[in-house]
Amino acid sequence: MTATIDRATGKRRGDRAPRPGPAGRLKRGYQKYWYAYAMIAPVVLVLGVIVLYPLAYGFYLTLTDADSLNSARTIGVNEIEATYRFIGIDNYADILWGETAYDRFWSKFVWTIVWTAACVVLHYTIGLGLALLLNQKIRGRTFYRLVLILPWAVPTFVTVFGWRFMLADAGIINTALDSLGLPSPAWLEDTFWQRFAAIMVNTWCGVPFMMISLLGGLQSIDASLYEAAEMDGANAWQRFRNVTLPGLRAVSSTVVLLGIIWTFNQFAIIFLLFGNTAPDAQILVTWSYQLGFGQQPREFAESAAYGMLLLAILVVFTSFYRRWLNRNEQQLAN
Amino acid sequence: MSTTSVTTTAPADRPADDTTPPRKVRRRGESSPLGRLTTHGILTVAGLIALFPVAWLVFLSLGPDKDDYLRPGGIWGKMTLDNYAFVLQHTNFFDWLKSSLIVSLGTTVIGVLVAATTGYAVSRMRFPGYKKFMWVLLLTQMFPVAVLMVPMYQIMSDLRLIDSYLGLVLVYCSTAVPYCAWLMKGYFDTIPFEIDEAGRVDGLTPFGTFARLILPLSKPGLAVAAFYSFITAFGEVAFATTFMLDDEKYTLAVGLQSFISEHDAQRNLMAATAVLIAIPVSAFFYLVQKNLVAGLTAGGTKG
Repeated sequence: MTATIDRATGKRRGDRAPRPGPAGRLKRGYQKYWYAYAMIAPVVLVLGVIVLYPLAYGFYLTLTDADSLNSARTIGVNEIEATYRFIGIDNYADILWGETAYDRFWSKFVWTIVWTAACVVLHYTIGLGLALLLNQKIRGRTFYRLVLILPWAVPTFVTVFGWRFMLADAGIINTALDSLGLPSPAWLEDTFWQRFAAIMVNTWCGVPFMMISLLGGLQSIDASLYEAAEMDGANAWQRFRNVTLPGLRAVSSTVVLLGIIWTFNQFAIIFLLFGNTAPDAQILVTWSYQLGFGQQPREFAESAAYGMLLLAILVVFTSFYRRWLNRNEQQLAN
Repeated sequence: MSTTSVTTTAPADRPADDTTPPRKVRRRGESSPLGRLTTHGILTVAGLIALFPVAWLVFLSLGPDKDDYLRPGGIWGKMTLDNYAFVLQHTNFFDWLKSSLIVSLGTTVIGVLVAATTGYAVSRMRFPGYKKFMWVLLLTQMFPVAVLMVPMYQIMSDLRLIDSYLGLVLVYCSTAVPYCAWLMKGYFDTIPFEIDEAGRVDGLTPFGTFARLILPLSKPGLAVAAFYSFITAFGEVAFATTFMLDDEKYTLAVGLQSFISEHDAQRNLMAATAVLIAIPVSAFFYLVQKNLVAGLTAGGTKG
């Protein structure tokens, strides 16, 4: 990946700008811009209509008290007849520091952070471990690889039901635990075990992606670096620490960011595993869905406000993440 | 790159053929028998864990009774394919399949068509607003389900697009289009700039270069974007659950849930349906997985 970008920018070495980056390219003719804008026009148009407009509309809704009883969704073709009122930032204020804000928002916020951190750490470490194993020359490597990506190959909405059968009260997991003389927790009823089960299932689903991405990263590390390290007498751990990990930096930063975004937004697993039965195991995304669509009356405004808060959290996080990455890279370059 | 400067600092204090933590052994093909045994052991266990839930689902789907999942031992004696026959003959399975295919293929086609030129433009051209545009593309991938769900639902019901394939396709496009653009940028980046320049020297406009030179070369990239859109749309749960009301228009992801709510938890039928869905999808996935992975990570976090 880096190589191609280098080559692409290297092509521009005739330009005045000494460093790769948009600066030198900005000097190119007006005509180029015209083409560029024409080419991105379809996406701009589509995003404007089906992303930005709903987003703006959604934001407006969060400033109202819209729910399924006072919005005009079933009447006529216009939404004018809706009777909801503009209430300013009351929804946000209520969610963040209203009376029961802790139970409704902050406890779920903490659980969402724990969930994201736990899942991504597990995905990454297990994925890296398996990738390292698969990167050796061993017999049956392809076979292992194909078996290990199975959880990714089968759609999540299918495998979650497999897990549900396994985790049920008298399902195979508890039967097995019983026969070993271990306690059999109520996976789908007790809050702690619900959370445990959710993390377990999500880990199972998410490891293959990390494993395969990291395997690709491992394979792109130059073998001569390992030889050089070995010549210098580096042991296995030192080679891992000083060759493998730096070599994986680019891939890791990408997959970790993707992993965090996906896990934070992970809807299907918790929704399908528990349905409406687990108010305390809901992360913010599923909770917001439940407010807007899983209950009567449907609290549209509040649900949309949760959505906005979630988006804000992710945007802030991603900005910091990228800034942090850039700073680290500069430090290394110096 | 940073790696070269770092490696030389490793002190030389231990012999190179040390095999202490087998996980970290990273030598080309010459680990000790013990290390190799451990590797196979771990991989086998991991493989079994990966395989088991799916295998269990297949096994349960062969039991004729809806509570067989609680007494799996009994299934051995009465294995039958009746569940499959029932699902195929007496449920809306084929309607669901049709919905899923219409919606996923629709999303795929629109996503790839709309995003192709954009991927090229952001790969080759720098224009005022480039960085902001890339940021918007990245941003749309962060949208939690919850952000667009409510406004989309309101807008779609105003337009009477609830419970229609078009509505769901439009919703899916809101994530598929930017993602396809992102993926394709990653792929176009790997095509040498020389090709563009050759085209330009020969008098092609940027559109001509794109259509005649780059597009034919980027079929694998287009395919990855298409596969990814398809798989994502196929597996989507939240919007499909909310927007599709008529049980003949359910996608498979919704239809599968309906076994538990409507039909009084017919878990045997559900397992059979799950297997029927899983087989073609995973076969498809295995065919494309190598390209998929390369394409997914190609975009990178550097806009």
